[in-house]
Amino acid sequence: MRTPISYFVALSVILFAIGTVGVLVRKNALVIFMSVELQLNAVNLALVAFSRMHGNLNGQVLAFFSMVVAAAEVVVGLAIIVNVYRRLHSANVDDASLLRW
Amino acid sequence: MAPDYIVFWVFAPISVGSAVAVLFQRNAVHSALFLIVNFFTLAVFYLVLGAPFLFAVQIIVYAGAIMVLFLFVIMLLGVDRDESLVERLRGQRPTAILLGLGLAAEVFVTIRASLGLARGPADFDQVVNEGGNAEALSRVLFRDYFLPFEVTSILLIVAAVAAMVLAQERERARTRAEAEAFRVAGPGGGVPT
Repeated sequence: MRTPISYFVALSVILFAIGTVGVLVRKNALVIFMSVELQLNAVNLALVAFSRMHGNLNGQVLAFFSMVVAAAEVVVGLAIIVNVYRRLHSANVDDASLLRW
Repeated sequence: MAPDYIVFWVFAPISVGSAVAVLFQRNAVHSALFLIVNFFTLAVFYLVLGAPFLFAVQIIVYAGAIMVLFLFVIMLLGVDRDESLVERLRGQRPTAILLGLGLAAEVFVTIRASLGLARGPADFDQVVNEGGNAEALSRVLFRDYFLPFEVTSILLIVAAVAAMVLAQERERARTRAEAEAFRVAGPGGGVPT
């Protein structure tokens, strides 16, 4: 493989930044959640790239664990979103302002 | 020109483009579909980086299971209408984009200073992935990371139970007076709730 590892890490940074902007800009709870997934995937890409750079598989194992955690997180997060939607009849994060000062 | 170079420069723009498209879609379903495209490109990068097992897991778990769950919830909630563009905090959007660019620039500088153009060992597939990536990965997973692996199973069970508890439709607790009125008037007896 002749592509420098830093290219992949740079791509991962770009994706992570896009995910961050998505979390901050969007109002729909589901799209915010998708942006969080984007960030998790960006970090996974960086982990796999580092695994390649160091010549062992620890990074790939970590990426594997992060996928499992992401799956668990998606299940619980979507259940919470469904619950909030039942109560407020909206998936807009601005409407869930009960604790707002 | 090395083949992996071509693969990178073909799929990196698709990856970034689909990620940006996730943000700019007004419709949540379109966002989800663009996110699937992004996950597929990431799977291709895993293949190039010598992780065919993660390539398969990425497609099966992410592009398959997780995105189906997302689409299912989008359809369940009927969130197919456009979201409002009202800003509760004034200037939130420009600030967010500025902060995102700042984050990217900051990490870019760090990568440039620390990684440079390092390439890693050329014999990765022969030495590290000896006997196949899945076998090599399972050797590491079940020897060095056995306890974390078992803890993950607990995490999955807890998540499954939590999802069931959260998604359960709970009967609203009745006060004693309401229960009494309900008993007297019978079901559907015009009790104001």
